[in-house]
Amino acid sequence: MGQIEWAMWANEQALASGLILVAGGIVATAGRFTQWYFGTYAIAAGVLVCLLEYPRGSRAKGSTLERCGQRYLTAVLKLLGPLSRNYYFRAALHLALSVPAGFLLATILGTVCLVIASIIYLLAAVRGEQWTPIEPRPKERPQVGGTIKQPPSNPPPRPPVEARKKPGEEDATPAGGPPGGPRVNPIPVTDEVV
Amino acid sequence: MGNWVVNHWFSVLILVIWFGLNVFLFVQAFLQYETDDKYYYTREILGSALAWARASARCLNYNSMLILVPVCRNLLSFVRGTCSFCSRTLRKPLDHNLTFHKLVAYMICLLTAVHIIAHLFNFERYSRSRRATDGSLASVLSNLSHHGKEGDAWLNPIHSPDTTLLYVTFTSIAGLTGVIITIALILMVTSAVEFIRKHYFEVFWYTHHLFIIYIIGLVIHGVGGIVRGQTKKSMEESHPHECAESFEKWDDPDHHCRHPQFEGHFPQSWEWILAPCILYAFERILRFYRSRQKVVITKVIMHPSKVLELQMKKRGFSMEVGQYVFVNCPSISFLEWHPFTLTSAPEEDFFSIHVRVAGDWTEKLIKAFEQQKLPLPRIEVDGPFGTVSEDVFQYEVAMLIGAGIGVTPFASILKSIWYKFQRADHKLKTQKVGHAAINFDKATDILTGLKQKTSFGRPMWDNEFSTIATAHPKSVVGVFLCGPQGLAKSLRKCCQRHSSLDPRKVQFYFNKENF
Repeated sequence: MGQIEWAMWANEQALASGLILVAGGIVATAGRFTQWYFGTYAIAAGVLVCLLEYPRGSRAKGSTLERCGQRYLTAVLKLLGPLSRNYYFRAALHLALSVPAGFLLATILGTVCLVIASIIYLLAAVRGEQWTPIEPRPKERPQVGGTIKQPPSNPPPRPPVEARKKPGEEDATPAGGPPGGPRVNPIPVTDEVV
Repeated sequence: MGNWVVNHWFSVLILVIWFGLNVFLFVQAFLQYETDDKYYYTREILGSALAWARASARCLNYNSMLILVPVCRNLLSFVRGTCSFCSRTLRKPLDHNLTFHKLVAYMICLLTAVHIIAHLFNFERYSRSRRATDGSLASVLSNLSHHGKEGDAWLNPIHSPDTTLLYVTFTSIAGLTGVIITIALILMVTSAVEFIRKHYFEVFWYTHHLFIIYIIGLVIHGVGGIVRGQTKKSMEESHPHECAESFEKWDDPDHHCRHPQFEGHFPQSWEWILAPCILYAFERILRFYRSRQKVVITKVIMHPSKVLELQMKKRGFSMEVGQYVFVNCPSISFLEWHPFTLTSAPEEDFFSIHVRVAGDWTEKLIKAFEQQKLPLPRIEVDGPFGTVSEDVFQYEVAMLIGAGIGVTPFASILKSIWYKFQRADHKLKTQKVGHAAINFDKATDILTGLKQKTSFGRPMWDNEFSTIATAHPKSVVGVFLCGPQGLAKSLRKCCQRHSSLDPRKVQFYFNKENF
């Protein structure tokens, strides 16, 4: 459980819920169902949810894949400050937005999905997660040959001949040991100089 | 392009057949419910929405049947093995099983949307005609009794004009199961997007087991018989073509038409999905059986960059290059099975996997073995599964490009080639193999221990390709990649650029195989 960022899944779920709300709302409004004005509300709420959830937050570790064109909305969300950062607020907002749509059959699916997203956001908030915007990286122009660093001047260390003659021992080298340290090769390696 | 068609024509054919069957089933069911006299009165209330709902339902049954089959990995391995006499092209679709699974899943989502929208209209229309007081045919039909002497006379499932749609939905079997399985479907889809699957595998793994709820709900969904058509007996007595016009006189005992009688039909979903469910159940039973088999860990190696190598033995285990296994470690998690490519060669007397930290489970596994406490944690293995990378051996010259942990499938291949050389295997066409392992920290070949030319930094692909083209001017070169999309794009371009227009001269064939 330690490394799971629940907010990431909550984000996918909320985005899907927004789309479902919009779809249900369109059906109810276009079909002029009974109490169709709830459908109009659902369209508005769904659009709001989609706009809020479209920019993906940055992962705690490692790089995060942006959604296409999300930087414009990211800029807007950054202006909202704690309202966009805090997941307690998002959980409460989604819960509140989902309630009116629960009165109409056409939009009840959107309601349930959004409530689930709200619960997952609550879990994320409890675990101290926060929304951090993905900062645009300066465009790197990979120069031809630019990544070739100074090759090492010494050849890689090879274990001494004696160590290589003992293939049967359990060899659990802890990480952080000397690089290329005593290690039994699965197949005997012949030492041909390149 | 020509290369792609030659390799993939069978997959395309399967897709065309699959889609064609979808269209056929949809149209057939649509026409049935749109034109059959049995549903004449039903259509009077519901209109075309009935046909849309039933047609999408039939396609949903069909696709729900298909979706379990591509993940019956043992079945696929069996088919691959029995059909080894078939050409590689015919067996290629087996390698794209997960792609097909996703395609069917998208189709299920689309059909679910159509089905739900159609039924929303159906419910709305049932509700309106229930409340209508205009004495139209629709309102007469809706008022047919639920409790009368005729018993099953009713057509409209909404009992009274005051019942709300939400109430009907959540108190009918069809409505309640429909909502539940749709929620299950949505949760499965949102947790299965690539971003979540790659970085938080456990979320995907556990949530995807909601498919059990989906299957059970689907089977129960039609039990209520809420879609009703006129009974045969009733049609013989009072056929709609004769009686529909005179619906005001149905109460009149002298009139030759009686009230129509209706019946629901038996649920059909179970007929479609029974077989794949049994097949999949066998798969899980087989996995459980295999998990009881003893796996002996013969060697544990901790490599730099926190990569754990486990060498194991299991009775009756035999593998091919490029295959993968599912691994379970009960002391870490009783239920999770994680896939790993096999890094050993079939010629070796053990099999091995290399594990790097990519999430909770892998971190705990590496920690458990780091402690070097005896007894070692128990490991269970299911497999091997997956494509055999025999393609590599068919090329005179092979370029294998792996990025990061993507080098693992090539480890197996390279070692196997080495063994085949040793044993002078005549079936091996490969004469020269070049391996580019792109590691970001140290250029150490921790996997194979084979001698290789070590260069530093990102390769300049154009240079590499032209060197090979000059060195082997008349050969067919197979380029194999296990790495990111961006790299795939540039390599594909290089292949096209450096392949000679003359088919007798050097040709580069790009294979992005998902190992």
